[in-house]
This record gives sequence, C-alpha cells and structure tokens, in this order.
Amino acid sequence: MTRAAFLLLTVVSAGVAASAADIPLGERKSGYDFMAPETRAMQDDDTANPAMLWVLDGETLWQRREGSAGKSCADCHGDARTSMKGVAARYPAFNAARARPVDLGERINICRTEQQRATPLAFESKELLALAAYIGQQSRGMPIEIADDARMRPFLQAGQDMFTGRQGQLNLSCAQCHDDNWGQKLAGAAIPQGHPTGYPLYRLEWQTLGSLQRRLRNCLFGMRAVSYPYGAPDYINLELYLMWRARGMRVETPAVRP
Amino acid sequence: MTRQDEPLSRTRRRFLLEAGAIAGAAGIGLPRGSEPAAATPASMRAAIRKIVGEAPLNRGKIKIDVPALIENGNAVPFTVSCESPMTESDHVKAIHVFTEKNPQPNVISVQLGPRAGRASVSTRIRLADTQKVVAVAQMSDGSFWSDDVEVVVTLAACLEGT
Amino acid sequence: MARALINVPPKAKRGEVIEIKTLISHTMETGFRPDNTGKPIPRDIITDFVCKYNGQEIFRAELFPAIAANPFLTFFTVATESGTLSFEWTGDSGFSATESVNISVE
Repeated sequence: MTRAAFLLLTVVSAGVAASAADIPLGERKSGYDFMAPETRAMQDDDTANPAMLWVLDGETLWQRREGSAGKSCADCHGDARTSMKGVAARYPAFNAARARPVDLGERINICRTEQQRATPLAFESKELLALAAYIGQQSRGMPIEIADDARMRPFLQAGQDMFTGRQGQLNLSCAQCHDDNWGQKLAGAAIPQGHPTGYPLYRLEWQTLGSLQRRLRNCLFGMRAVSYPYGAPDYINLELYLMWRARGMRVETPAVRP
Repeated sequence: MTRQDEPLSRTRRRFLLEAGAIAGAAGIGLPRGSEPAAATPASMRAAIRKIVGEAPLNRGKIKIDVPALIENGNAVPFTVSCESPMTESDHVKAIHVFTEKNPQPNVISVQLGPRAGRASVSTRIRLADTQKVVAVAQMSDGSFWSDDVEVVVTLAACLEGT
Repeated sequence: MARALINVPPKAKRGEVIEIKTLISHTMETGFRPDNTGKPIPRDIITDFVCKYNGQEIFRAELFPAIAANPFLTFFTVATESGTLSFEWTGDSGFSATESVNISVE
C-alpha cells in the first residue's frame, strides 16, 4: 500500500479524526506522559518501582548456569551492563537462521535452547520476564532504533496492516484509538499513543510484570477481536511495527503503567 | 474475618445523620463533626470501635495523604503522618487505617515508638471503589485522633480478557 | 524467588531521622477473588512485618488483603548506633522472608 493510499484509507475509515497516521517525533508521547503524577513517581524511583524486583531476579538469572551445556548468560555475554546496552532498543530484530524477526523474549529462548541446551522459558513466566526486564533496563534512556533492513520490510508491512486494519466484533483498528484519538478518554482512562517504550512493564491492572504480547492481547480482547497464542508471528510483526513507529523515543524499561 | 454488615432496618434518623456526616467529610459544606467514626458504614465503625473502645475519637493531629482521583484501585499510593514530638513521654503508639467499601474494613495497623523519630508511614493500598478512607492514631497518653478522606477510583478501560 | 528490595542510607549522623523503604515480591491474594470456575482463590497474604535495629523491634505492621500486591512500606527511625537493620515478613501458607542491611552511624 502506498503512503497516500494508506492515509486515504485511514481518513475514510476513521471517519472522525483525520490526523496523519505516523505521529511526528516531536509529537510522540510515551504512555508515561499520560499517567498521573503518583504513577510516574512510582516508575521514576527505583526503590519504589515494583518492577525492580524482576530486574533483581534477572540479574541473578544472568549468572546462573543452565541446561546441559552448563553455561550462564554471563559465560558468553559477560557483564550485561556493557554487553546488553542498547540491545533491547533494537528488538524485534532479524534472525537470519529463521529468516524472520524475533522479539527479545524469543531471542532469550533461542539462547537457552541453542547455547545453554536448556528448555525454553514459558511465555509470561517469572524467569523470562525477569531476564527481559534486566536486559531491557540496560537500554534505559537510549533511543529505540529498529534497523532499516530490507529483509524486515514484509514483516513491518504486515505489522502495519494489522495496526491499521479493522478487526473484531467492534470493527475497530488499533490506529483509530492510538493514531487518531490519542489524548482523549476511553471511560476514565486517557488513550495513549501506544508506544511500547517500557516493556516488560509493571501494570497496576495486572498487579505484576507483563510483556508487550500480554498487553496486545488485552487490546485485542477490548476490541472483541481474536487474540493469537503467545509467540504467534502476528504479535512479532505488530511488535516490530510498534517499535518502528516509536523509533527515536527513549526506552523506559522497566516502566510502570496504570 | 467476619464481616458485620449494616442492619437492614436502619432508621431514617440514623441514615440522615450518617449522610450529613459523609457530606461534611467530603467538604460539601456541613461543618465537620468531631466523631468521624459515626459517619461510616457499620463494619468500618465496628472495626474502629474495636481499636478505640469507648474513648473519644478526636479530629486532628493525624493526616492522610492520598491522590483524590485514582487511575487504578489496585495500587493507590498512601501516606499517613501524625504530628508528635516522638519522645519517650509523648509519642504515637499505633496508626490504623480503615476503608468503608472494601470487602473488609482493615487495611493496615502499624506500631511505632519514640525510636521512629517521625510518625509517618507510606504504602500502597487497594480500593475496590470510590470510598472513604479513615486513619486513627493512638497516642502514648491514651488519646485517639483521626482523619478521613474521600477517594475517587476510576476503572481501567482496558481489562484482561481471561 | 521471593525477593525484597530495601533502601536505607548506608551512613547517617547519630540522632538523624532516616527513612527506610521496603518492597517485597508477593501476590497478596485477597481471598475474595474467584478463579475461572467461580470458586474463591484462597487468601495468601503477608500478615506481619517487623523491623529490628540491632535486635530491638522499632517498627511492626499488621497487613490485610487491602495492601497492594508486592507490598511497599516506608517508615522512619532514629539512627542511634552502627549495626544491622533486620526485616522479617511472615504470612499465610507459612510464608517467611528475611533481609538485613548494615548502617554506619557517626
């Protein structure tokens, strides 16, 4: 789809607001900017941010030898504070062996199965979230930077199509809320722009840490749309598009959201 | 964990009394009474009486700090502080927090002493609904002091599907 | 992996009032929520928290289901002498966790 056709479709389909589909960098706002001051304070203070409990666990897991290879993450990657700096800001990234992008959680499990010779960690398990939070924290404050890689384009396009296409019983698209109506209210809550700057994050609604995929499933449920199983390529494509859409914004992992 | 529910046959007079006191506490214009415990549903009143006994409940000295409007009732930042020199002879012995519409009225009870230096405690609480939160301080001289605030809880728009 | 995060200034002047911040990993299951089949999930909360300064109790809290998941609790104490601050959380189903930090008082 050309950009013009894409814009036209957005305008026609949205019907209400006809804002540009791609929010310019200067106008991009993190979910943080829509939060109440006390929720921001919770994220800003590492001694009060409950997500730091997972980061601490991740730091321990980084050193733990796992699997039949008896290797820890640190045995290959050394000190995460230097080796993992900026890594989460580049994910999902293209995996040549699989000829498709993988997200950070899948990347961790590839290391587990191929390098450590251990069983993969379950989606949303405490261990996987802890490692992702610890690795993610090493990119805190760094700009999101998805590589401009020709091999990624079809996946990026598929993610964009999913974002802009209407789906579910309410016949809604992601873009209708997060491109066209951000800043407005849905029930009592502000509609954010939907930038995944802080995952995995501590959502007060969940009372725990969760991944971007879990959040996307919440959205799909709200739209009365079909949600895919964890790890489905549809999520990876959408994650890729959302991170590309948030390019230049700062990583906040581990964030707090209402 | 027995919950004492309000008696079904509440008298009209009692209702008006309570409604007036709630309005007063919420700042609607009626003067603030000196017995906030009387302004609350029965289970919370009973929980407070269990702590205070027949002693008078004074208003003042203790202060609740909580946002008036809450994004999510699962984790509401909550601070309660009490004026006191915190000396051996004059200090806060305990602070108790109650709510009127959660499944049970007790939230937290803390025991302090002169070694605290400052009678101030922060935590995060759950609020099931828009409601009143009451804090009661017990002083070393045996007196009780209270504060109450009305907190509005909005519901999250995007809920988990399972 | 029940973990706690304690924040205490490592150094303080004698007589100074210092803030102690504690955060511990715990679901604080209220006992009032139903599971997918409609049966209530049993209560599983931290019920008690105690802080001791060189073995002497300086703060105690009784927690109820209205305390948020991953309980956060901050309070104050007077820095009296160098030594150890110890923290103990106990709760339902035999839950128990302890932590300690050192403080240097001049």
